[in-house]
Amino acid sequence: MSAPLAAPGAVAPLNAEAGRWSAGQAAVALAIAAFLLAFLIWPVLTVIRVAVTEPDGSLTLSHFGSFFQLSLMRESFANSLYVAGMTVVLATLIAVPLAYITVRFRFRGAILIQTLGVLPLIMPAFMGAAAMQLLFGRSGSVNQLLGQWFGFTLPIMEGLKGVIFVETLHYFPFILLNLSAALANIDSAMEESAQNLGASGWRLFRRIVFPLALPGYVAGASLVFIKVFDDLGTPLVLNVTNMLAPQAYLRVTSIGIEDPIGYVICFILVGFSIAAMAGSAAFLRGRDFATLQRGAAAAPRRDLRPWQAVLAYGWIVGVLLLVLSPHLGILMLSLSKVWSFTLVPEIWTLDNYSVVFRDSTRMITNTFLYCGLAALLDVVIGTAIAYLVLRTRVPGRQWLDHMATVALAMPGVVLGIGYLRTFRDTEIPFTGEALLGSWLIFVLAYTVRRLPYALRSCNAALQQVHLSLEEAAQNLGASRARTIWRVVVPLMAGGILAGFVTSFITAAVEISETILLTSRESLAPMSYGIYLYMQSIAGRGPGAALGVVAIVMVALGTYLSHRFVAARHAQQFMKGQRP
Amino acid sequence: MTTGTGAPVRVEARGVTLAFGASTVLRDIHVRIEPGEFFALLGPSGCGKSTLLRLIAGFNRAQRGGIFLDGVDISAVPPWERNVGMVFQSYALWPHMSVAENVAFGLEERRLPRQRVRARVAEVLELVGLAEFGGRRPGQLSGGQQQRVALARTLAIEPRVLLLDEPLSNLDARLRHHMRRELLAMQRKLGITTIFVTHDQEEAMTTADRIAVMDQGVVQQVGSALELYDAPASRFVAEFVGTINLVPAGDPLFAALVAEPGGATHAAFRPHSVLLAQRPGDPAHHWMPARVAEREFLGEFIRYRLEAAGRELIADLPHALGSAGFAQGAGASLGIDRTQVRLLGA
Repeated sequence: MSAPLAAPGAVAPLNAEAGRWSAGQAAVALAIAAFLLAFLIWPVLTVIRVAVTEPDGSLTLSHFGSFFQLSLMRESFANSLYVAGMTVVLATLIAVPLAYITVRFRFRGAILIQTLGVLPLIMPAFMGAAAMQLLFGRSGSVNQLLGQWFGFTLPIMEGLKGVIFVETLHYFPFILLNLSAALANIDSAMEESAQNLGASGWRLFRRIVFPLALPGYVAGASLVFIKVFDDLGTPLVLNVTNMLAPQAYLRVTSIGIEDPIGYVICFILVGFSIAAMAGSAAFLRGRDFATLQRGAAAAPRRDLRPWQAVLAYGWIVGVLLLVLSPHLGILMLSLSKVWSFTLVPEIWTLDNYSVVFRDSTRMITNTFLYCGLAALLDVVIGTAIAYLVLRTRVPGRQWLDHMATVALAMPGVVLGIGYLRTFRDTEIPFTGEALLGSWLIFVLAYTVRRLPYALRSCNAALQQVHLSLEEAAQNLGASRARTIWRVVVPLMAGGILAGFVTSFITAAVEISETILLTSRESLAPMSYGIYLYMQSIAGRGPGAALGVVAIVMVALGTYLSHRFVAARHAQQFMKGQRP
Repeated sequence: MTTGTGAPVRVEARGVTLAFGASTVLRDIHVRIEPGEFFALLGPSGCGKSTLLRLIAGFNRAQRGGIFLDGVDISAVPPWERNVGMVFQSYALWPHMSVAENVAFGLEERRLPRQRVRARVAEVLELVGLAEFGGRRPGQLSGGQQQRVALARTLAIEPRVLLLDEPLSNLDARLRHHMRRELLAMQRKLGITTIFVTHDQEEAMTTADRIAVMDQGVVQQVGSALELYDAPASRFVAEFVGTINLVPAGDPLFAALVAEPGGATHAAFRPHSVLLAQRPGDPAHHWMPARVAEREFLGEFIRYRLEAAGRELIADLPHALGSAGFAQGAGASLGIDRTQVRLLGA
C-alpha cells in the first residue's frame, strides 16, 4: 500500500488538465498509427498510385483510357453495376415486408424473422453458390421437379442472374436489420397524426412511414451495394468472370502484377465504396429525424387479420425456405457420394468428412492460427484505440479511429492486390523469408480488414464503463496502467470477447484477400480450401464437408458471442438493481 | 372525408368501457359535450383522459359503449375518415416535410385542387401568425412555433371536432399562459367543439367552459370550474381541484363545525375561509388555538400550515403592505368560517 504513496506523481488525474498526456500513451498511439499506415493506407495508396501514373512516375489517365477501350472491361463495369443494383432492388423487395411485419404486427413468428436475419450471414455467399447451383441450376433439383411436373424450367442460376440470386439471399439481412431498427424508432404519433388527417394504407406508408425510415434503409442498401460490387468469391465459384472484381483478380494473376488495368479496376472499386459510404453518411447527417421526437413511443403492434396472417406467414416461410436452401444444399452435398441430375443425392456417405480430416486438417489449423492471431491483435489494438480516444488527450487520437474505420470501405480485392504489389520484395527481419510467402501476411491482412468490427465492440464496451470506477481505483493507489489492467479490461471483457469472436469468424470466411494471397497450398486456410475444392466436380463433396465445418464454427462463435454479451448485460442489470 | 361542415357538433361518450389486457383503463364513461363547447378532461396521469381522447380520434376501440357525433355512432369509422382533428402532445410534425407541406398534408389527402390547398395553407398559417414560416423545416422552429404549426395543420382540414392532447405541456410557463389565452380566443372565433386533455387544474379552470374530472378510469364529476370548486362531489375532486382542508366525520372538530351531518364522511373548507388572529373575534367563526408549523410567502397571500386540535390545517391569509404575518412557531387563534364549510359524501 505504501508504494503508490511514495510515488504520487504516477497517479495522474483522468480528465483534468486538458492537453496533458503521457509519453507512454503517445508511444502506443504512434505504434498503432505506424501499423495502420504500413498495412492499410500504404498498400491502398500504392494501388491508386499505380492506376494513375506511368512507370516513370508521371501522372496519367492513359490507363483509364485503355480500360475503357477494352469492350470486356466496359462490359464488366456495366455488369458489376447491374448486379449490385439489381441485388439491392431484390433484397429490398424481400426485406421491406419482413421489416414491416416484425415491427408493426403482433404475431408468433418473431423468432422466425430473427433467424432469417442471422442465417444467411453465418455462411459466406461463395460457399452457398455451389449448393445453389445444384438446387436451382439448369439441371438442379428445383428445375427437375418443374420440368417433370410442369414442363418448363427457371433459368435463375444462369450467368449474372445466378450471382444476383445468390447475393440477394445472402445480403438482404443488412437491409432487414437496419430498416427494422429505423421503423421501431418512429414515434407512433407521427403516424397517428397522418391518420388523423386522413391518410391510411399505402399512402400513409409512402408519405410518412417510408420517408421517416429512409435513413435506416439507405444505410442498409448502400452496404449491400458495396458488398456485392466488391465480391470476388461468388462470381468466381459461379464461373462468372465478366465482372470487375473477377477481372481484377484475373488480370493480376494471369497477366501479372505489373498490368495497370487491374489497378484501374481497384481504383473504381475503392471509389465506389468510398462514394457509397460517404454518400449514405452525408444523407444521414442532413436529417435530424430523432431530435423532434420527444417522449417517443414506438407504434403499438397490431393484430394480423386472417388473410394478412396467411400472407405474412406465407412470405416468411417462403423466404426462410430460400434462405435455408444453400445451407441444406451444402449439407446434402457434403453427405453425398455423387450428386448430379437427381433430385437429392443417390448415395449417402460420410467419406467426404474423412477426406477433409485426412487431407485438409492443415487448412483448419491454418485458419485457427491466422484468424486467432488476427482477432487477438484486433482486440488489443481496438482496446488501445478506444482507450486513447475516450480516456486520453493524445493529439490526433481521433485519426486512429478514422484510419482503422477506413478498412470498412476497402474491398478485399484491393487490399490483396495492394499487398502483392507493396510487399513483393519485402523480407521478414532476421529470418530473411519473403513476407508474401509466409503465413504472417494472412495475419496482417485479416487484422487490418477486421479491425473495425473489434474496434466498434471495444468502443461500445468502454463507453459503458463509468469513469468513476477508474477514478476510484486510482484514488486507492492504482497507477494508470494497473487501473487499465485490473479495472477497465475486466469490465470490458464481454465487449472484447464479442469483438474477438466477430473478427475471428468474419476472417475465417474471408475469401477475396485469401484467394489473392495464397501462394502455395500448405499456407491455405479453410476458406481457400473450400474455394479450391469447389472448382472441380470431384472436389465438391469434400468442399461442402469443409464448408459445413466452417459454418458450424461460425454459428457456434456467433451463438457464444451473443450468449456472452447477453450474460454481461444481465449481470450489469443485476448490479444496477442494488444501489 | 368531408371538410368544413358549418354547424358545431355534439360529442358523446355513451357507456364507454375499455381495457388493455387485464387493466381496465376506462369504466362506463358517460360524457356529453355540447356543440361549440370548450371542454377539458382533467385528471392525474394514468386516469384515462388521454385514452378517452384517443378513443374519440379512433386510435383505440372500446370494448363496450361508443362515441357519438351529433347522435351518430362513429365507433366503426377508421381514424382517417372521422374528420376529428387532433393536436398531439409531441406535435408529431413530420421532419421530412416543410411547415407548409405539413399543413398541406390533410388537404392533399382530401384530394383538394392544388390551388385551394395553397390558399388554405396560407390562410391557416396566417391565422396562427406563421405566414412567413411556410418554407422552414419543423426543426428550425421554437417550441411555441411548432405548436402553432401543429394547430394549423389540424385546423386546415376544418375538422368537426378539435382534440388537444396536453397542448401546452411542452411550453415554458410564460409561453403557456400566452398560448392558453390565444387558444381560447381562436376556439371562440371558430366556434368548433373542442376537447382538451390536461393534468393542470389551473389550465382547465381558466380555459374550459366545463371540465370532466377523471380518476382511475372513472369520470368523477362534470361541471364548470365554479361548480367543481364550490361543490366538489367527492373527496378526490375536492383535493384535486384547488387546495382544501378535510375533517373526517367522528373528529371532534367535525362535530363543532357541522350541525346536521346527514351521512357525510368529511367536512371540507378552503384555506382562504380560515382566519388567524391574536385572539378569537367574529363569533360566526369557530375559534380554537393553533401553532404555526410552517409558512410560505406567495406574494398575494401567505400560506400557513397550522397545528390545531391535533390535526394539520392550511390557512391562506391575504398579505398587505407592512404586515409581517405570524412567525413560524408562533401561537395564534384560528377561526373557521362556518358558512363556508361543505359536506362530502352526503
